[in-house]
Amino acid sequence: MDLDFSPAHEAFRAEARDWLRAHVPAEPLPSLETAEGFAAHRAWERTLGADRYATVNWPAAFGGRDATPLEWLIFEEEYYAAGAPGRVSQNGVNLLAPTLFEHGTPEQLRRVLPPMARGEVVWAQAWSEPGAGSDLAALRSTATRLDNGWLLNGQKTWSSRAAFADQAFGLFRSDPGSERHRGLTYLMFPLDASGVTIRPIGRLDGKPAFAELFLDDVFVPDEDVIGDPGNGWKVAMSTAGNERGLTLRSPGRYTAAADRLLALWRERGDPSDTALRDRVADAWLKARAYRLKGFETISRTDDIGAESSLNKVFWSEFDIALHETALDILGPDGELDGDWLEGYVFSLAGPIYAGTNEVQRNVIAERVLGLPRGAR
Amino acid sequence: MRFVLSEEHRLFAGSLDKLLDQAGTPSAIRAWSSGDHAPGRRVWTALAEAGVFALAVPEEHDGMGLLPVELVTAIHELGRHAVPGPLVETVAAAALLAATGDTHWLPRIAAGQAMVSVAAPYALDADVADLVLTVRDGALHEARPTRALRPSIDPSRRLFEVAPTRELGEADDTALDLATLTCAAQHLGLGRRLLDVSVDYARTRSQYGHPIGEYQAVKHHLANALVGLEFARPLIHAAALSHGTPDFPRDTSAAKIAAAEAAYTTAKTALQVHGAIGYTAEYDPSLWIRKARALHTAWGSPATHRTRLMASL
Repeated sequence: MDLDFSPAHEAFRAEARDWLRAHVPAEPLPSLETAEGFAAHRAWERTLGADRYATVNWPAAFGGRDATPLEWLIFEEEYYAAGAPGRVSQNGVNLLAPTLFEHGTPEQLRRVLPPMARGEVVWAQAWSEPGAGSDLAALRSTATRLDNGWLLNGQKTWSSRAAFADQAFGLFRSDPGSERHRGLTYLMFPLDASGVTIRPIGRLDGKPAFAELFLDDVFVPDEDVIGDPGNGWKVAMSTAGNERGLTLRSPGRYTAAADRLLALWRERGDPSDTALRDRVADAWLKARAYRLKGFETISRTDDIGAESSLNKVFWSEFDIALHETALDILGPDGELDGDWLEGYVFSLAGPIYAGTNEVQRNVIAERVLGLPRGAR
Repeated sequence: MRFVLSEEHRLFAGSLDKLLDQAGTPSAIRAWSSGDHAPGRRVWTALAEAGVFALAVPEEHDGMGLLPVELVTAIHELGRHAVPGPLVETVAAAALLAATGDTHWLPRIAAGQAMVSVAAPYALDADVADLVLTVRDGALHEARPTRALRPSIDPSRRLFEVAPTRELGEADDTALDLATLTCAAQHLGLGRRLLDVSVDYARTRSQYGHPIGEYQAVKHHLANALVGLEFARPLIHAAALSHGTPDFPRDTSAAKIAAAEAAYTTAKTALQVHGAIGYTAEYDPSLWIRKARALHTAWGSPATHRTRLMASL
């Protein structure tokens, strides 16, 4: 058992650090939840992509660096420690790409992945519907079979940054008589296609961070179906596993935030306030625990399966606690617009998206601990 | 980078688990609590034969150590079975004595012939210990109990006030940190067992016509317990790996905070999930629940360790 980095890993870290030092914008970009900020972040994705740093863990053939899981963790640590911008490409990179690697055709990989890695095409997810949130299998949007493709109809919602993105992916009911997890198909479609209407939704602080999508006879060719028609639930679940594991929120994000919190405490904290000091200690401790858990996870040879839900509950609740602590240290300045407040508002969504923490706890109880399923 | 226990570690833990299952610790715990140390001594001897105490003793004194990763792995299993006696203290004593050039006690500790207590500030099981140590102003002393037993929430923790009798040399702070770390491992093992028995109970106990484990309120309590325990473990392993580095005090504090919070929270969950039966002394989980409270503050409360952690950052 060890926690040692090889010389090759240290070299990888040094190279990433040097690149980031040379390229990370000196001034923070405007919020990526606004049109102006999204454009700036999209430009940053192109900078990353030009040097194959947007998707380090992908094969070189698709624009990556063939990084191992450990190298990816190292890159993420350096990325957030450098204060680099949030990733507008994350839905495509973290959700769609893993699904394509597992279920996509060679043609789909060649067509979709390189523009994603170069930051040219930004993807949005289209999972939830007004009547299908945590209970995603209740979805009702349809994909109707044509000779040469499909027609999409229905309504999707909570689609992150869909007001600014280029393409979307999601699940549609393709077998009209089907129920629940059966008869669903996983499809990709352009957000500027005929029949797509996008209505931005202001999140808690009013920024248009997500959108509703209204689909009215939107044509999708056969080549944009991922996996077999009717098998969409199974295809999508490979994405859900990635989302709840390490990829959606890498440990590096939190170790960097905890270091910044510690600096804030030293600069602004009242040393006699031991209650607040203990919360800073806990934030540091939890960031470290999540980092170490990441190293443990990539060291395992078995599939972590439902244990990924443990990660999701842990980081989402810890993220809120960390940002709350920062706002409390700031005192009267805690309510003022700034990076900590932006991070706080973002963190509040964590226990809700990617499967609410109540659903995650059911998964932990039933699939990790082995408790009986019972009624919902 | 390979941050998981090796196959050898897992086999070692498994063999201790089997040994302790066969030993039937609940009856030994109850006997120990009433002052009958014989069954607990037999468990202790079996553990020594399995090599547990040798892990803390240097090779030149018939030991195999000091092996921190193996030690926390072993003590975690001993915690799962709530083995009575000054386990953590004997491990710390081996490290303290090794730093003084001792040749008398170390081979005896490795062989399981010597139980040693270390006051913190009460000396656990000083009535049965073959040697009692205390640290005063940075110096290590032999000590003797001065007053009658001080009853603990955990009756198998028999605590005594002690007074120094003879100075042995300088006290090695790293040895005291090792006590903190092994206490964290013991506590985490205790918490893990309490979660396991609570899950078993929730699967079989039926109310309103359903196993209580079907109800989401119960499920979520148990899921929260698992989250806490799962994220404490890597901190313990990382602290064990940092033994011998300047980060060891900081890392042991981090491990102690996380393990104590997780194990103690799990104990309260276990009590709630078991309901009234869990609140009875006759029922075995009570032995674990009571020890979980005692270990929360043993070798430094979470508050003490948060203060130390922040001072080190």
